[in-house]
Amino acid sequence: MLDKVLFYFFAGIAVASAALMVTRRNVVHSAIFLITALLATAGIFLQLRAEFLFIVQIILYVGGIMVLFVFVIMLVNLDVALQQIQFARQKWVALIVALALAGQVGVMFWTSGKMPGQGLPVLTAVAANRLPLNSEAVAKSLFDSYLLPFEIASVLLLVAMIGAVVMAKKRA
Amino acid sequence: MNAALQATLEFLKLYWAPLLCGVAVVAILPLIVGYIVLVERKIMADMQARLGPMRVGPHGLLQPIADAVKLLIKEDIIPENADKLVFWLAPVLSVGAGLLSLAGLAIGPAFQIAQDINIGILFVVGISALGIFGIVLGGWASNSHYSLMGALRSSAQLVSYETAAGMALVSALLFTGTLNIKSIVEAQSKEGIWFVLLAPVAFFTYLVASIAETNRAPFDLPEAESELVAGYMTEFSGFRWSLYFLAEYTNMIVVASVATTLFLGGWLRPFASVHGLPGVHWLNFLDFVPALLILAVGAYCVVRVPKQPTRVQQLFMLVVAGLCFAVALVLAAPVVLPVIKPSLREAVAPFYSGIHGGFWFIFKVSLYIYFFMWLRFTIPRYRFDQLMRLGWHFLIPLSIINVLLVGVALIVGAYFHLHGWGLLLVTTPAAILALVAAFLILALEKQHDARQEQTAASDFYAG
Repeated sequence: MLDKVLFYFFAGIAVASAALMVTRRNVVHSAIFLITALLATAGIFLQLRAEFLFIVQIILYVGGIMVLFVFVIMLVNLDVALQQIQFARQKWVALIVALALAGQVGVMFWTSGKMPGQGLPVLTAVAANRLPLNSEAVAKSLFDSYLLPFEIASVLLLVAMIGAVVMAKKRA
Repeated sequence: MNAALQATLEFLKLYWAPLLCGVAVVAILPLIVGYIVLVERKIMADMQARLGPMRVGPHGLLQPIADAVKLLIKEDIIPENADKLVFWLAPVLSVGAGLLSLAGLAIGPAFQIAQDINIGILFVVGISALGIFGIVLGGWASNSHYSLMGALRSSAQLVSYETAAGMALVSALLFTGTLNIKSIVEAQSKEGIWFVLLAPVAFFTYLVASIAETNRAPFDLPEAESELVAGYMTEFSGFRWSLYFLAEYTNMIVVASVATTLFLGGWLRPFASVHGLPGVHWLNFLDFVPALLILAVGAYCVVRVPKQPTRVQQLFMLVVAGLCFAVALVLAAPVVLPVIKPSLREAVAPFYSGIHGGFWFIFKVSLYIYFFMWLRFTIPRYRFDQLMRLGWHFLIPLSIINVLLVGVALIVGAYFHLHGWGLLLVTTPAAILALVAAFLILALEKQHDARQEQTAASDFYAG
């Protein structure tokens, strides 16, 4: 019962603030609603007892959106941006994409109702104290089972970072 | 509606104790912060050979309450061109994040609001970092250049120093292998040595980074009054301003608690490993230190009573002395009772660990905060480029090299089966090596910069 209420609470906040994020004119307000949506998603992770995902979501997005804020404040001329008409060019494309997505989700729900055991996987609930500790579980799967892909991904990120630094540096 | 009510009842039934603790913390914290401010003013006065606040109550002991009343009844001004909603939201966000992160801390083995969360230390660090949003949003929403500059500086500072602080935490966590706050302290008790000795470089890095993250002097550039009036708080007044103040001091308590938990042995007494041993060990006199310390404070208050100018102040001083004696009694009971009646030792043990654990934790946190204040009155403020240079060119390389070398040291230590104090044999060389490497990088960079300047200068004259 409690879980259900919490889920609808967080999910409602996430959906509402995501909608507000794309409809606000002011870019800073959009950023605020973006972080609200992400925090609400973190809340859903917590409600699913994935506390490691919850905190990683918060820590990463705090840093990430912080930088976004700085960019918005420094690069976007807010007074000018507020007066322009925005988001009007891709109306029809957006409508088609949204309809396609809605259709896809609808079909998935419909088939999952028709064919038991084949559509959406239904997980059985486990008591919270019998779940494996999940920061340990994440560490084990990253550094044990998937060590090579993990290392490849981190080398890729490192290359991207060094590339950015080299490109940003002035030629002496 | 019925479902929501049922869920609320279920929630209350499950979590009434942590909720009560949370309410207590939220209610008491402003008072504690007020007194930290008073202590800070007194220490500042002492270091500058003044008396500090002396008018309200004996020795200014009621000053925080007077200040709080003043702040509450001050006019609340919102600038006309401010973004009203964000302006309203920002200070609340800052305080909320600070208070929420307190929930994960363990003040003694008995008192922890959110008990045994698996991600303990990450929760505290991550949630308290959310407070920066309050600063940036507040600076942006007040629609003033000073505020905006303060907010931008603050965010730049946080982003730069978060990396160094995170790496410092990692190198301490390498010794424990867990994020759970209770297990971290228990690991230190099992090793019989605090991690500040095993990872001194990490402690130093965290110390510097925590000062920068809480915007304290000498890194208080977001509120540098000689350049930015009051930085991000310029347009805030009255209660909103005091919320920012509350957030800043709450953050100080949080970083001090994290450092205490990870590096200074949490709630453990110094030389806690000799406490449980049979027989009498001379180091166990430390059990009596807390009670004697508080007793001495109370006795000093009694001595000072005749010096107070009015009857009310004399009475107040006596009340303070009485409070001190009561606390001393509570602290003394669990250590004196077993001495009088050895059969009580078992029954008293949980009280001992709870009460004395709380004392030592708060004592260490106070020392850490005292160190912050000491630095504030000793070192002049850094320039912004100096701050960035220190962060990016020294602390980040230092902390990364340190994580690497601490890892190597741990592997070598495990190979030779070293434990506790023996681990110092491998971690001390690691720390020295890390420092040498970081200074080497710094020196190389300086050389490079000097050479570049030279070529630039010669080009200038050639052109």
